[in-house]
Amino acid sequence: MLKAVILIGGPQKGTRFRPLSLELPKPLFPVAGFPIIYHHIEACIQIPDIKEVILIGAYQPSEALNRFISSTQRELNISLRYLQEYTTLGTAGGLYHFRDQILAGKPEAFFVFNGDTCCDFPLTEMWNFHQQVHSGEHFTMLATEATRKQSLQYGCLVENEDSHEVLHYVEKPQTFVSTTINCGLYLLTPEIFTHIGAVFLQNQADIFNGGDYINPVRDCIRLEQDILSPLAGSKKLFVYKTNRFWSQIKSAGSAIYANRLYLSLYHTTHPERLATANDNGPTIIGDVFIHPSARVDPTATLGPNVTIGAGATVGPGVRVRESLVLEGATLQDHCCILHSIIGWNSSVGAWSRVEGTANDPNPNNKHAKIDSNTLFSEEGKLNPSITILGRNVVIPSEVIVLNSIVLPHKDLRYSIKNQILL
Amino acid sequence: MKALILVGGYGTRLRPLTLSAPKPLVEFCNKPMLLHQVEALAQVGVKEIVLAVSYRAEQLEKELKAQEKKLGIKITMSHEEEPLGTAGPLALAKSILSADSEPFFVLNSDISCEFPFQQMVDFHKSHRQEGTIVVTKVEEPSKYGVVVYDDKGKIERFVEKPSVFVSNKINAGMYIFNPAILDRIELRPTSIEKEIFPVMAKAGQLYAMELSGFWMDVGQPKDFLTGMCMYLSNQKQRFPERLYNGQGVNGNVLVDPTAKIGKNCRIGPNVVIGPDVVIEDGVCIKRSTILKGTTIKSHSWIESSIIGWRCQVGQWVRMENVCVLGEDVIVKDELYINGGRILPHKSIGTSVTEPQIIM
Repeated sequence: MLKAVILIGGPQKGTRFRPLSLELPKPLFPVAGFPIIYHHIEACIQIPDIKEVILIGAYQPSEALNRFISSTQRELNISLRYLQEYTTLGTAGGLYHFRDQILAGKPEAFFVFNGDTCCDFPLTEMWNFHQQVHSGEHFTMLATEATRKQSLQYGCLVENEDSHEVLHYVEKPQTFVSTTINCGLYLLTPEIFTHIGAVFLQNQADIFNGGDYINPVRDCIRLEQDILSPLAGSKKLFVYKTNRFWSQIKSAGSAIYANRLYLSLYHTTHPERLATANDNGPTIIGDVFIHPSARVDPTATLGPNVTIGAGATVGPGVRVRESLVLEGATLQDHCCILHSIIGWNSSVGAWSRVEGTANDPNPNNKHAKIDSNTLFSEEGKLNPSITILGRNVVIPSEVIVLNSIVLPHKDLRYSIKNQILL
Repeated sequence: MKALILVGGYGTRLRPLTLSAPKPLVEFCNKPMLLHQVEALAQVGVKEIVLAVSYRAEQLEKELKAQEKKLGIKITMSHEEEPLGTAGPLALAKSILSADSEPFFVLNSDISCEFPFQQMVDFHKSHRQEGTIVVTKVEEPSKYGVVVYDDKGKIERFVEKPSVFVSNKINAGMYIFNPAILDRIELRPTSIEKEIFPVMAKAGQLYAMELSGFWMDVGQPKDFLTGMCMYLSNQKQRFPERLYNGQGVNGNVLVDPTAKIGKNCRIGPNVVIGPDVVIEDGVCIKRSTILKGTTIKSHSWIESSIIGWRCQVGQWVRMENVCVLGEDVIVKDELYINGGRILPHKSIGTSVTEPQIIM
């Protein structure tokens, strides 16, 4: 029996995803029509041995989270639970805190996912690889190739190319170590808790040996730095490398990129989810997902890489390209939406133009990743980004909203360019 | 009666339109700019018009030959070897202008207004002096040179960019003179406003006639559009039947009968659509001029722009902030053009988000 754990973080995390994470935990943000972690869970059900998926995070239970859990359990027919940390415990600390829950039913191993990734998860391949390694108790992590420059923003590892053992692991190095980077997906066995437990006890002992009593992070244990780094070179940590698509979802801009990746994956996994052109429907270019409850006028043109959420209305002559239109949004006649995210229940008036600037990885380098740009440049100027309308934003007719971020519940009256509108 | 129109140089202020056609032939409200004046002159009985140009313009000459026949007047070109300013051309055309003793008109070529030519003749004859200039009221006189005159119209002086209020009337660029004025002008580059008028005013020979109604110098794109709005609202009052009242029209709109307008469009207020223009479905156009033979594809939105001849504007294009497209420009689908001046025969494939000239 296997299990899977998805680390969904907490409200202190995912700030770069604002304003979209202001009202909804980032892991529940819909990409290609489904919440980010729904794609993780869908990957899990491909392995029948996975009997349970556990979400660990520091979010307060919310209606959105409860609804997600109950509907996903029902749709995917899998046991799904949320375990809430009493404080942010770090990636390994959370696992350790809930070790009894994870080990209940005696799984022989369990996958651990970082919740803010998108990937064509090679779970079966990873499981097969893990079983083929004969090295006693051992753990497996997923890795991919990055560019030399971008590797510094990730966890970098060096492997023995024959045995695939991880010889060295370092998180976000300052100087170049390796172009092989950690994908934030691990296959662990119950033995991991011995290693985390040792670190836990050491940390506790340190506190009483002249350490800092008041420091609130005393329970925090990081999987990467505190556990994996020491395990490297001990013949216990192995790497399975993939060249399937993988990306982090940090900034809101990366949601559009993730949307594109998952839509392209639907060609093999769920072709029925991709809209097809027909006589009574809108013009479809490339990959488009339209929720069955959305109303799209037949004179609209959508795509490529567009997702239209539940209950959204797309009016006559509307154009949408490289964008996400979230649940309940309304696009009025002839408006044009490019490289943007239209928030829940927002509306865009007739002949208006909502346009952002794409932030895609260099298409000429297959190992390039999306840059999680900061909002402002070093000169203090707002970097051109995708345009984001928060929940319930109203854009009037005939204006342009260019490279801007509009916070929720704003009733805009005029055109804006390169602004953050509070 | 005769008239001299100061056409001048290449019309650089109206580029990129004037790269393809001489300025007098650029259509303002579906009629070449020059023809507005020429027709109004013909109506008050002017029989001979001299065009003072400082460049060879064969296209202009050819076009005017056709108009000569139609209107039954004689049009001569007076070519300057070097630019002669605003007075020099009068000296150059002296032989024509002084052929009889009748007063003659002198006009700047970029003016749009309800031309008061008959009124000018009557006023000029009533005061019996050498010259009459038309003046028009402006809101911010400190930007211009203003004219100070008594209640009979006799001009006392001209004040350039006054810092305190002395008058709100400025020279409207339309004059009527007796041939005697020609004795004051030598054949060399001379400014009529700066060198001739002050002397005439001093001698008590220059009168001002106030223009009622709209007036605009339409020699550059921004003012061209403002002048267009004024012209259309004037047409609405005088000849409402000339304006278009088809479906989807909003406010004052002039549409050539050969133009085609699609479904679900919103055209206007203040739009001029030229001959053979095709406006596809779902297009919104406001405060703009679309010149002959251009196609605007579906769902585009255009405001405060001048689209030149035979252009192709793609679907879901947004243009605003005084864009000027030269002849035969192609704007690809889904682009945003903000204040772009685009030279002729150019194909635009990426958005122009800040005002700039595209060579």
